[in-house]
Parts: sequence; structure tokens; C-alpha cells
Amino acid sequence: MILAGATASGAAAPVLVAAPARAANAPAAAAAAAAEIDRLPRVKVDLVDPPFVHAHEQVATGGPKVVEFKMTIEEKKIVLDDQGTEVFAFTFNGTVPGPLMVVHEGDYVELTLVNPETNELMHNIDFHSATGALGGGALTEVNPGEQTVLRWKATRPGVFVYHCAPPGMVPWHVVSGMNGAIMVLPREGLRDETGKALKYDRVYYVGEQDFYVPRDASGKYKRYASIGESHEDTIAAMRTLTPTHVVFNGKVGALTGANALTSKVGETVLIVHSQANRDTRPHLIGGHGDYVWATGKFRNRPERDLETWFIPGGCAGAALYTFLQPGIYAYVNHNLIEAFELGAAGHFKVDGDWNDDLMKRLTPRA
Amino acid sequence: MRRSARLLTWVIVLSAGMLAGATVLLVPRTPTDAASYRPRTVTVPPGTFSHRVDGEFIRDGQQADAPMVPIRIDAPVEVMAFQVTRAEYARCVADGACQRPDRPEDRGELPVTGVNYIDASAYAQWLSQRTGQTWRLPDEHEWAYVAGSRFVDDAHGIDPDDRNPARRWIAEYERAAARKSSNADPRTRPVGSFGANEHGIHDLASNVWEWTRTCHRRVILDAEGRSIRETRTCGVYVAAGRHRAPMTLFVRDPKSGGCSVATPPDHLGFRLVRQPEWREQVVASLRNRLRI
Repeated sequence: MILAGATASGAAAPVLVAAPARAANAPAAAAAAAAEIDRLPRVKVDLVDPPFVHAHEQVATGGPKVVEFKMTIEEKKIVLDDQGTEVFAFTFNGTVPGPLMVVHEGDYVELTLVNPETNELMHNIDFHSATGALGGGALTEVNPGEQTVLRWKATRPGVFVYHCAPPGMVPWHVVSGMNGAIMVLPREGLRDETGKALKYDRVYYVGEQDFYVPRDASGKYKRYASIGESHEDTIAAMRTLTPTHVVFNGKVGALTGANALTSKVGETVLIVHSQANRDTRPHLIGGHGDYVWATGKFRNRPERDLETWFIPGGCAGAALYTFLQPGIYAYVNHNLIEAFELGAAGHFKVDGDWNDDLMKRLTPRA
Repeated sequence: MRRSARLLTWVIVLSAGMLAGATVLLVPRTPTDAASYRPRTVTVPPGTFSHRVDGEFIRDGQQADAPMVPIRIDAPVEVMAFQVTRAEYARCVADGACQRPDRPEDRGELPVTGVNYIDASAYAQWLSQRTGQTWRLPDEHEWAYVAGSRFVDDAHGIDPDDRNPARRWIAEYERAAARKSSNADPRTRPVGSFGANEHGIHDLASNVWEWTRTCHRRVILDAEGRSIRETRTCGVYVAAGRHRAPMTLFVRDPKSGGCSVATPPDHLGFRLVRQPEWREQVVASLRNRLRI
């Protein structure tokens, strides 16, 4: 049908000629390609828990590689806030969000996905950065006690969401914490709008998550003995589209106090921020986004000097900022109700010397 | 302190001859069931203590630690041994004198929380009527005095000549973070759970902060530390506890009262002090004067 349409338009005539030839050579080409991939250097990555990110090169040395990752799925109870509100979380590697994976454009991602038999549910993984098979979801369904290995080629530079997408249960798994992000860096590293190289001294990964915790008749958050028991009420709470919690890194206050993110005056920080389900609008109170890829894709020019940037649900964004003043900064979802009432706030603690030129109090408050 | 000092002078000015008459006239009528409403109290004798006074101090344009000031407490302070409980507060609600708290009073032995300054003041008024005594919120320095060893000095010890304001912010933040992580469980516990201080007063500096009647103040000092100007904001009161938190009078849940990077109190509750009656004050002041 498509070919017929294309022929009629005349535009796809060369395709008609080329297509049979390509089809005939396809198995051979595929075999050759597979052999080529087998010859590529392999590197194995040890993932680390967010907000931290595993060691990686910003500018790739050498050609494409096969980068091996292993993630174990963990179903577990987590506590969302100071009041002890509990939910059953589904996690990649035990954390909400799952770890940030980093590769370079042209690399092959080779993921071993393990679903231990201690789990109750089938899971899989959909990489927004991968091409085909529902992002890999259709090829990675694993029941408890199974594991699978998926390889895909990172063809598009940017930060991208990955999430669990089991048939019929996609939103439930996603809002139970089963999502994370991958950063596919350009081989030559990040560039500004004029092509000049950009570097970061630190990178932090903030995964924002909306939770929908059912309440009892008196308004208290309910607790459940098993995942199965929680399912129906949770779906009902989800259908209100009104989250009870919107948090960074799995818990109200996960990035505050003793866990505040740290930096120094003069340091450049890359903040990767993902929200697999719902729109968000990050803002650094007292700072800015020097270079921002709000929708996270590095072939687009970064925007400069942003106050707030919009990341649509199901997307990751990246912001680069060089701290110029010491102090405590709040990094928030600038829907301030979500930040201060529902939990979507973290802090940066920044050491260094104060710059009177940028700001100075001239008269004491009266 | 200032208030009681003024009162003291005034009392002394009154001649001793007037005393007998005044005492008779001013004895309040006591309700017959008053005893059943009177809370357990502790009386802390008068004395002098060194106090990191309340308020925000700006010295030479920079935020600075409040000074340590010797404070004399002239009269004994009679204070509730426990924070007001949910069960006690429920009696005021039942009488229609207090507003029903948001949370149901299912566990009466817990301290009442989710109460604002107005609620606490209404309770004090109700309790005064029920007991035939005068109950009120303590002043911040009274609270500190009776808290004794439980009072937490919130000075930072930062060099007052340091021109980097961020050092204070970071120090404040780190202390709040440490406080938070060392007292991680914010759930309220039955009164008495946090133990008593040297005077037998329970649960001071627990996870429930207590309203005082002291208005938040800002004091501007010159480079030598002399006071140039002082402004008091009544409507914002000092909540005493593990640290002193200025709280707007209508706030019941302190979480919403904080700014973006502060660590607010876990809960707001209160305990009251009994204002001595006329004759008690006269006796106390005379004793004080005569050192008997």
C-alpha cells in the first residue's frame, strides 16, 4: 500500500529499484554488521544511585563501543515522606528514579535486565532513545526469575527517559517509580549555540516522580499488605490525575538537608532532569540555566540564560549552570504548590566567596 | 521581663496600706469544679540566667548572632509540666470555646498540635475561666528560663566581620539538616515521652514547638554592637523548641510557614504559664526586696 502510494507520487521511484536489491542482500549485510559489532571494544559500566552518575568521558576517545549495563528490577516498599507514607515501588536497580546511564552517540547499549524470582510482576523496559519494538519493550518482557539481554544503537544524542511498559499496566508501573534516564552524549561532547565546547565539573540526575497514594475515609494514607491489594485503589487514585506527592528522587526531601546537592562558586554543573509521566518546570532559585536543552536533545541549540524551563511529561531535559555566588539554592518544580506542598524541591549547597558586584545589601532592613 | 519589671515598680509604689483592701477586692470568684480543670504544674523559683535573646540581629548591615544578656526573673514561674494534650484541648472544644483541630482527637494522651496562636490564646482564656486563675502563653525568655538545660542556643559563632553572608546561610542550613537527621521521626508521642528537665518539666524541645506570646523582632546594631533601631512584628510570634522559629499567628501546620530553604518546626503546640494573682505578686516582690 505504501509503495503504491509512493509510486503514484513519483518521488519514491528510486526506492522501488533499490528495495529488492537491499532485501536480497539484507541477511548478508546484517551478518556483516553483527560481526562488526562483535569486533567493537566493550566496556562495562557500574551504575551508581541517583543523584550521582557513573564515571564517564564527556568527549569520546576512539570509535563506537558496546557499553554493557546490568539492571536488576526490585519491587519494594518505599517511604515517601516524613509522615511515613508508604507505597509499593517498582524500581530499576532499587532506586526511584532508576540510574542515569551514559553513552556516546554511535555506541551500542547492551542491557542485561534481571527480574529476580522474589518479584511478583512481569516487567520490561522502553528506551525513548532506542528505535523499534516499542523502544525495546516488546523484546524485554521478563517474568520473575527471568532475565534478558537487549542491544540497541544510540543514534540520537540527548537525554532520554526509559521506563517499564508492561502491556495493560504501563501507567501504574511508571507512577510506581519504574523509570529513569539515559544520556547519549555527542562524541565530541556538548557544544554551545556557536559550536564552542561546553564542559561540566559535576553532573547530577534529578528524577521527578508523581505518586498517587490512596486515602481511607478519614483522609489518612492507606497501607497495603501486598502489591495486589494496592492495585485497584491506586488506579482509582491515579485516575483523579491529582498526585498526592510530587517528589525528586523518590522521597520528599531526598535532595535536601544532609543530602543536598553540593557545588562551589566557579563550578559548572549539568543537571539532568526527567519526568516520565507529567509536565514539570525546573527553576533554580537565585540562579539560572546558562545553557538549557529543555527537551533534552543535543543536536538542537541550547537556550541561554533561562529562568525556568519546561520539560513535558515523558521527557528528560538538561541544564548547564556555573555557580557565581555561595549559599543555599532551592532547585524546584516552579509549580510552587508541587514544590512546597507536594515535595518537588531539592537544595544546592554552594561554597565560595561572595561577589558584592552581583549583589550587595546597601541598607539594613528597616 | 520588661513587663514584670514595670509591674513590680508599680506595685512597690502602691502603699502597703492599700494592700489588704486590694487583695480582698481582687480575689476572683472560683468556679466550684475548678480543681478538675487545673493542670499539673511546676513552679520554678526566681533567679538570673544568661540568655541568647530572641530576634534577628543585623550588625553593620550583616546578619549577626543575638547577644547573650543576663536576665532576672523576679517572681516564681508556674508552668504546665506537660504540653496541653488533645484530651485537655477537647474539653475546650466541647465547651465551644476552642476550634476543633483538623485531626481527630483519637489519642488524648498526645500533645495537641495543628493549633495556631489564636487557638492557643483561646484555650488560655477558656482555662482561666474554668479554673478561676489567669493562664497565658509564656514570654520567650520565660520559656527559655524554665527550659533550663533543654534550651538550645542558636548562635552560629560566625565572625561578625565576615562579609560573606552565605556562610551564615550555609551554617544555618547545616545545623537544621543535622537537627532533622538526628530527630528523624516527626510523629508525635504521648506527653512525657521526651523526658523531663531538671525542674520536672516534660517534653521541652521535643518535636512539638510551643507558641510564646513574644512578638518577633528585628534589631539593627551599628558596627560597635549598639542598638540603632528595633522593630517588633506582632502577628509573628516566636515558637520555642529545638530552635526558635518566627511563626505567623494563623499558621497551624508549620510546614507551610517556612521559606524555600528553611527547616520549619515539625508541629505547633503549646503549654501555658499561670500569671500570679495580685497578692501573690505583691508577696513575691516584697520577699524579693527583703530577700526572705
